[in-house]
Amino acid sequence: MRKLFLFLLMGVLLIAASGCQAQEVKKPIRMSTTTSVNDSGLMAYLQPEFEKETGYKLEITSAGTGAAIKKGETGDADILLVHAKSSEEAFIAQGFEEVRVPFMYNFFVIVGPADDPAGVKGSATAADAFKAIAAKGATFVTRGDKSGTNTAELKIWKDAGLAPDPATDTWYKNIGAGMGQALNTASELQAYTISDKATYLANKGNLEILLEDVADMKNTYSLIAISTKRFAETNIKGAEVFIDWIKTEKARDLIAKFGVDKYSQALFFNPD
Amino acid sequence: MQEVLYQLFGPNPELREIIGLTLVMSVLSTVISAAIGIPLGTWLGLTAFKGKKTWLKVNSTLMGLPPVLVGLLVFLLLSHSGPLGKLSLLFSLPAMVIAQVILISPIITGMTANLIALNANAINETCLGLGIRPGKKLVLVLQDFKRDYLLNILAGFGRSIAEVGAVQMVGGNIQYKTRVMTTAIMMETNMGQFEKALALGLVLLVIAFVVNFAVQSIRPRISND
Repeated sequence: MRKLFLFLLMGVLLIAASGCQAQEVKKPIRMSTTTSVNDSGLMAYLQPEFEKETGYKLEITSAGTGAAIKKGETGDADILLVHAKSSEEAFIAQGFEEVRVPFMYNFFVIVGPADDPAGVKGSATAADAFKAIAAKGATFVTRGDKSGTNTAELKIWKDAGLAPDPATDTWYKNIGAGMGQALNTASELQAYTISDKATYLANKGNLEILLEDVADMKNTYSLIAISTKRFAETNIKGAEVFIDWIKTEKARDLIAKFGVDKYSQALFFNPD
Repeated sequence: MQEVLYQLFGPNPELREIIGLTLVMSVLSTVISAAIGIPLGTWLGLTAFKGKKTWLKVNSTLMGLPPVLVGLLVFLLLSHSGPLGKLSLLFSLPAMVIAQVILISPIITGMTANLIALNANAINETCLGLGIRPGKKLVLVLQDFKRDYLLNILAGFGRSIAEVGAVQMVGGNIQYKTRVMTTAIMMETNMGQFEKALALGLVLLVIAFVVNFAVQSIRPRISND
């Protein structure tokens, strides 16, 4: 009995040891991404292909860009997929990043009620559209969550020479939430908001695209691998494998085709 | 923490307004739920009738209703494309109170029914002996058990003030309108501002403590009269 027990114990230990070894070779990659990328379904679409080809496992968590970047600062992620230039630069200035590559881009869209009370349609720039919304005092939902989309929105207000304040401008509703919820809220309130196109197409509600394809609404995503100098246990190897994979023809092709069958248009574009 | 203390006592009233709204919402939800749950629970505890067991089982299931499910149902109900969309109640204080009443009244009902059922025999016998009418009996029980009721009501209040899933969905966390403590904590966490989220959590804990302490300290006075 005792012998059998020892035998079993050794077996278990052996299996456990071999398991550890396998893990050390290909540790799961902890990816922290923004809600817009995750809500669009892009990562769920790329993940199985990546895992099949490289043998790495991806563990994806999604949050607004603010929180997504924070996970890099606290050592809870190996690679970030984010889209807010100013927060990214602040992050890099603190020495957290090992590699940063431009990943892909798409365009923000201004969406709102079909009857377009502020007359946003046909504006030359997003800033002009925002001026029209403010002049009319038409309801506008802002995410107010320091996400990439929120950062982009605030920059457009700045370019428009405006600074709406939710405390005094009651038409400017700050909901402190993700893109999906912002679209739900805007749809219910028949309000304007700014969204990445992919999330909007996945969750249209009673809203229509009123302005798109203008220069000041380009939305660039970056991949940032977290430096091992800050966190020794960071899976830098896995992060670099992902960065290399995303540059392959196969991956570029997958990204270019994403959403085409469902929406008859590409949602994300590869950098040149 | 410093930032939160500054917001708490500084010139900007936003955090104080959030706390005020949190209290208004929780107190309203609790009072309405108590107005439903206390009489209903007392009646359930005292009265024997066919199907009572089923009713109690249904109620105890409702006591564990997932807030996100209630949030979703109330959202769909009040949505502009929903049956009550005409009322334009979504993303407002009443919407949050409606969701919370659905969550809390089964809790108060269940706890009250349980409490009264434990004493039902004694109550029924005494009332029978004294020849007290059923209507009068209910009133007497309500008076006699008020300090025990208070604990049930506080349990409901605790659920109300701590709940986040339902109020996020039907309130929408709109700044200066429907943002309460729990949704603010969620938001700060999602933004990666963990320190601020934690400090707000502590403030919420202190509020819950103060309310409980205040209510519990009036208990002896009630029990003396």
